[in-house]
Amino acid sequence: MITLTHYLVLSGILFSIGLIGVIRRKNILMLFFATEIMLNSVNIGFVAVALYYGDIAGQVFALFIIAVAASEVAVGLGLLVLYYKRTGSINLDTLQTMKG
Amino acid sequence: MFEVIAFYTFSILTIIMFGITVFSQNALYAMSALAGGMIFISGFFFLLGAEFLGVVQIIVYSGAIMAVYAFGMMFFDTTRDVKENIHSKKILYTLSVASAVLIVVILSAPIFSSQIEALYPLNIDGASNTQVIGLVLYTKYLVPFQLTGVMLLVAMISGILLVSKRMDLNLTQEDNSEEKREIV
Repeated sequence: MITLTHYLVLSGILFSIGLIGVIRRKNILMLFFATEIMLNSVNIGFVAVALYYGDIAGQVFALFIIAVAASEVAVGLGLLVLYYKRTGSINLDTLQTMKG
Repeated sequence: MFEVIAFYTFSILTIIMFGITVFSQNALYAMSALAGGMIFISGFFFLLGAEFLGVVQIIVYSGAIMAVYAFGMMFFDTTRDVKENIHSKKILYTLSVASAVLIVVILSAPIFSSQIEALYPLNIDGASNTQVIGLVLYTKYLVPFQLTGVMLLVAMISGILLVSKRMDLNLTQEDNSEEKREIV
């Protein structure tokens, strides 16, 4: 029988995979992918809690998180394309030195 | 029985797909694996009785977000492997897993300690999942829903302004003698 704990453990595993990606990656595009993984793992946790506690609010907030993810991709990718046109690189190591 | 099989199949597939996304050196492989993982996650939503969210997950993530990523990939050189120099791997993995476990414990401790009562019940008799979400979304969460719409509009405008050429200039005040000549 699948309980709430199973889903929470799965959500934790996926969240740590995404967190490893966020810390490990040096490419900003790959960093966006890892952020999406983290948002999705939180969604699984919300929907599982919504089912096992009989409260619809978890599903509603998962819907809001999907909307946040969509707008994050639009703005982030636009900024990334602009930055790539200006500098020719999407490496985080070149981003951290601010040239005045 | 089938629920158990489906849960383990989907969880193994999702973990493998997201593992490829995080550890792959090729940007195209990472993007395809991410799209596959999103589809498998919608399987969890169907399993949990949230049909509306499952469909929204497929449409928004695998449809819209992946299309935006594929469009953005046209600007970057994706055929070449991504070169990253990484120091101190052991600290990195320990820190990530420890902080993720910590966040899960922090969030689930109040659920286990006190009995949380359902504020908006999941099952209203004679209403499907989509109807219940609509009922709650348009009554209790109306203001956040409207703010989400405004946020998506702002994101769309900023996406258009950032990517397209010369949209940051004011078109009406520009000297458009060349355009007039073209028209004449």
